[in-house]
Amino acid sequence: MSADFDVRYTSQLARLDLSEAEAAKFQEQLTHILGYVEKLKEVNVEGVNPTAHSSELCNVFRADAERDWFTTEQALANAPRQANGLFIVTKVLE
Amino acid sequence: MELHQLNISELQVLLRSREVTPVEAIQAIEGRITTTDTRVRGYLSRDTEKALREASTADVSKPLGGVPIAIKDVINVRGESCSAASKILKGYTAPYDATVIQRLRAAGAIPFGRLNMDEFAMGSSTENSAFQKTANPWDLNRIPGGSSGGSAAVVAADEAFGSLGSDTGGSIRQPAALCGCVGMKPSYGRVSRFGLIAFASSLDQIGPFTKNVRDSALLLNALCGKDPMDSTSLPLPAEDFSRELGRDIKGLRIGMPKEYFIDGIDPQVNAAVRAAIKQYESLGAEIVEVSLPHTDYAVAVYYIVATAEASANLARFDGVRYGHRTDNPQTLLDHYGKTRAEGFGEEVKRRIILGTYVLSSGYYDAYYLRAQKVRTLIQQDFEKAFQKVDAIICPTSPEVAFKIGERTNDPLKMYLADIFTIAANLAGICGISIPCGFAEKDGSRLPVGLQLLGKPLEESRVLQLAHAYEQSTPWHRERPRL
Repeated sequence: MSADFDVRYTSQLARLDLSEAEAAKFQEQLTHILGYVEKLKEVNVEGVNPTAHSSELCNVFRADAERDWFTTEQALANAPRQANGLFIVTKVLE
Repeated sequence: MELHQLNISELQVLLRSREVTPVEAIQAIEGRITTTDTRVRGYLSRDTEKALREASTADVSKPLGGVPIAIKDVINVRGESCSAASKILKGYTAPYDATVIQRLRAAGAIPFGRLNMDEFAMGSSTENSAFQKTANPWDLNRIPGGSSGGSAAVVAADEAFGSLGSDTGGSIRQPAALCGCVGMKPSYGRVSRFGLIAFASSLDQIGPFTKNVRDSALLLNALCGKDPMDSTSLPLPAEDFSRELGRDIKGLRIGMPKEYFIDGIDPQVNAAVRAAIKQYESLGAEIVEVSLPHTDYAVAVYYIVATAEASANLARFDGVRYGHRTDNPQTLLDHYGKTRAEGFGEEVKRRIILGTYVLSSGYYDAYYLRAQKVRTLIQQDFEKAFQKVDAIICPTSPEVAFKIGERTNDPLKMYLADIFTIAANLAGICGISIPCGFAEKDGSRLPVGLQLLGKPLEESRVLQLAHAYEQSTPWHRERPRL
């Protein structure tokens, strides 16, 4: 299965550009790591429920009440680009 | 003895009797950092003026009144930088205090200093920091462990009385072992993760580094508790984690998992841990062999689950709301792809891609879903073992600190170094690493760590056992020469 691993395609899904050198290196290293995790196939998991989380909490709510939090200024304080109290996003539509 | 050499409990006595002021405590730490941190390189930054101002009004009657605590660079402290040792967050200033910081402040402690780490807590040696390499105080040519390498190194070097780290697969316990201090990973849900930059949300837990077990309990008292801002924090009443310290351990049952005492453990580590087990027997504990049959699969499960969660968590670094943004992107895809390529380091990229792959269409069931099922079996292994024993004993790490640069080209080998710590995160149980002796390597004397794992929410039992051993052995009093 890990023979199917395509670092270029996966890096596109991850929105992460790779250099030629990185792509070659990761292709080899991750194929090796995926080969290692193949050992999970040995385990009989028939009828076993998956664990997403070790605690049994579910449906945790808190009051949907207004409270003090960031001002617009604080929320924008770390933005690389901003104007008029808004984040500037690179153009989505041509 | 000089002030910076004290542990937290000793410092508190002097603070409360007014023999020492909180300002003097900060000055002592600042002095020590100035002398030794050019070699240890555990701190990324610190705001001494701010800490001194806070110290001048500290209330020493509070549980941690006037005690400075150093913070791993993955936990937000309002007004300070918080980069997760990544270029993508260089220049980021935290706009709020993490819940653990609010809790430390409420207990009277003073957050002081930002500690180096593997970028986004991904690594076992702190060599993945984008900014600097931290040295092991016992041998400056060796790694301090990771990912909380800075947190461990500064406590071992007496550059902090205590510190906070985070543990996703051993990132508190392994560096504590390699640097010869005490590192505690609380049970999942004990400590709020709000304000901790997320790596793998179902595994991450914040915990303390200290010079002894009692201090670990004191810090846990301040850190633990339900937080409305973290839906995974458990609604439990406050408890005193020091309540069992000093109580006789006679009759307590400690399990030795047969799968953890295997070939491949450094012989000196093996000898030190076996001597510790003998010591427990002489203290009256009963040693019982237990089995954790799915141990061999833990690393594989971990590197699927943790990378999957990381690939989702790190999607937020998009160059829009905070952090690095590439110059002059042509399109939105170009903006994302280049911003993230320029901002993330190699190990982080590797894990994002692995995590993306195991979650991708066509592979989800084979990798992620299967790993989650095996995770259930690993959790059940511990449930069964804990029906027979009060705690589990094993090495924290199969080896002592290795040399800087020795492992960087073999990620799988680096991952396998975490075999004894990873399962605790998958199962959500608590664990501690305490010093249990030394190994000689190439003329260096390097600490060995002993790990005790406890049932979920039984931190106080683990601390009791750790304390009993610690007080009957000399290891926790040893300090590196710097």
